[in-house]
Amino acid sequence: MDVILLQLLNGLDKGGAYALIALGLTLIFGTLGVVNFAHGALFMLGAFCAVSLSAFMGLEKVTIDETQMTAWGTPLEVRTPYIVDWFGSAGEFMLDFSVPLSILLAIPVMLLVGLIMERGLIKHFYKRAHADQILVTFGLAIVLQELVKAQFGANPLPQPAPETLSGAADIGMALGFDPHTVVYPYWRLVYFAFAAVVIAAVFAFLQFTTFGMVVRAGMADRETVGLLGIDIDRRFTIVFGIAAVVAGLAGVMYTPILPPDYHMGMDFLVLSFVVVVVGGMGSLGGAVLAGFLLGILQSFASMNEIKSILPGIDQIIIYLVAIVILLLRPRGLLGRKGVMET
Amino acid sequence: MTTSTKTDTLLLWVFALATLFGPIILAPFGAGYPDLLQKFAIFGIFAIGFNLLFGLTGYLSFGHAAFLGVGSYTAVWSFKLLSMNPIPAIILATLLGGLFALVIGFITLRRAGIYFSILTLAFAQMSYNLAYSVLTPITNGETGLQLDQADPRLLDTAFGIEYGAALPVSSLFGLDMNQTWTWDFMGWEIQLNAGFYVCAVVLILCFWIAMRIFRSPFGMMLKAVKSNQNRMNYTGLNTRPYTLAAFVISGCYAGLAGGLMAVTDPLAGAERMQWTASGEVVLMTILGGTGTLLGPVLGAGAIKYMEQIFSAFNKPELLDFFSFLPTAIAEPLVSVLALFVGEGWHLTLGVMFMLIVIFLPGGLMEGFNRILGLFNRRRGAAGKHPAKTPAAAE
Repeated sequence: MDVILLQLLNGLDKGGAYALIALGLTLIFGTLGVVNFAHGALFMLGAFCAVSLSAFMGLEKVTIDETQMTAWGTPLEVRTPYIVDWFGSAGEFMLDFSVPLSILLAIPVMLLVGLIMERGLIKHFYKRAHADQILVTFGLAIVLQELVKAQFGANPLPQPAPETLSGAADIGMALGFDPHTVVYPYWRLVYFAFAAVVIAAVFAFLQFTTFGMVVRAGMADRETVGLLGIDIDRRFTIVFGIAAVVAGLAGVMYTPILPPDYHMGMDFLVLSFVVVVVGGMGSLGGAVLAGFLLGILQSFASMNEIKSILPGIDQIIIYLVAIVILLLRPRGLLGRKGVMET
Repeated sequence: MTTSTKTDTLLLWVFALATLFGPIILAPFGAGYPDLLQKFAIFGIFAIGFNLLFGLTGYLSFGHAAFLGVGSYTAVWSFKLLSMNPIPAIILATLLGGLFALVIGFITLRRAGIYFSILTLAFAQMSYNLAYSVLTPITNGETGLQLDQADPRLLDTAFGIEYGAALPVSSLFGLDMNQTWTWDFMGWEIQLNAGFYVCAVVLILCFWIAMRIFRSPFGMMLKAVKSNQNRMNYTGLNTRPYTLAAFVISGCYAGLAGGLMAVTDPLAGAERMQWTASGEVVLMTILGGTGTLLGPVLGAGAIKYMEQIFSAFNKPELLDFFSFLPTAIAEPLVSVLALFVGEGWHLTLGVMFMLIVIFLPGGLMEGFNRILGLFNRRRGAAGKHPAKTPAAAE
């Protein structure tokens, strides 16, 4: 029982990342009808927002302390980050919480990136074949990841979680199991909660605002909404921006779990596409459901007990599920009938 | 596309001669050395095969590298178990590539469009992951599959061929694949390499087969699938056997290309199956011209040549190159250009990918035809040779 609970929890954070990326992907597909192969790159850009902010805040002022000597007899160099120098303990707090603080940076940056991408490139591909959309966004993804590689290098850059959240929770004890059976890092819990909040926010935005209502109407019948005198293209552009922000935020918060490197986006993209397909192309609920489901499934498949029966199953389980789903129920778990079934 | 048999024969001859004289023709461009020539030929075959699927039927596969990888592994195993002769290796690689394609195609071709792309991508990633993990006894994991002196090589021992203490090289009835004759020709060093000529002969054969397919009723059927599959289905025709056949042929080509890779360099690694490799062949085909005969070969050549040029450059060389400019201009220019060369070659590739898809969806062949069309119009012969624009990919 405790083992099952542990795997369930392990699946949640990865599932959260899949769900967030897939949500953006399916949002873009549902509104603009575009298959965005650069969405993984947006996830990666978000992660590098966190890297840049912490690098920026880590800029240090070097002062020479004449009163102290190092072991080599030279005056001691004291390095203090400027931010600590200026703000004192508040600065230290900001430095410690650089990853969550990056959210504030990532929102405007990703929104801008998304808007530029849609207006500058995607817009011209609405009328082109899906293959062309795939190819051009694939090219864009390569460009983005190579630019990041040129700027930040090819090595993963670990980002620490805030000190207070870097420990692990003994969840098992709280639920009445033996101590130290179900131990789970706080940050992963934070990630899961964060993913849930973002997903809820996106759904609430679409469900309860006028803007969201128009967007949903546009998803159902773009032409009629246009005929009613609503500039649906502009709203869809903003939706693209929102999808970019969601992917970026997923990336920001994922950095303490997985040290970001330039090709993390591509690794997640392939899986997120699988998630979208399993959930149903254009179905928001399906993307979220499938994201968590596949994340949990993957973590169960990587249990030693299962690996000893079916070696390598953890590597391929997601793809296997996708293949089965596509063959048996091509519209996906929650896909609407008749949408992209061929 | 109406082309007479005469022009086809001419095209084939020109292609064959250009391939066979490749080491001489390309020597002035600094591309006349065996390693690169082999790559031209091998990726040419890979791209021709990919084009038979994508160009004719419009099914965009993102997992073709898997067949390439299967071909490579098969060839190396054939070297290890059977013989160092490339012929069994190539044949087995082609067959296994095709067999693998048959299995994957049987499943993936039930879907079209994006779903097909994603399914093939999923299969390729799955093969790649498996090659790294569970299949390590067959693939030797991250190290890659290599030859060993202690390999059995049953056929070689049966015919009494010994390789002595050194690591064996693949050889066609005694002709070593890495043997190169150099020859001084008008100041250029011409390198004629045995491995390249094996690849070249195979490339010409493949080109001929592709041409036959393009002109056959079967090829017409595939083109019909691309232009309107629904209509084909409504007329009561089951298109799946045709698309499956195209997929399998395409898989054979990829397996063959993978086998030749192992022939020229007996080593196989899982990274050949990664989806970036699949993306590369897509780019080659598109750059050259989807659905054209010559396009994919041109695209493969262009990309491999540019890869060579761009990755050889580095920042000091660029500074040297632009030394005629004032430093105030040269330095910023070089620091921008330096992003695109050396390690940053993939950035160039990505930018090129985007530019081609945006501005020239028909690839180089469309570019040539447009230029030809311009000339024709100027001569007042417009309409006589309307520029052939390959239909946009579905």
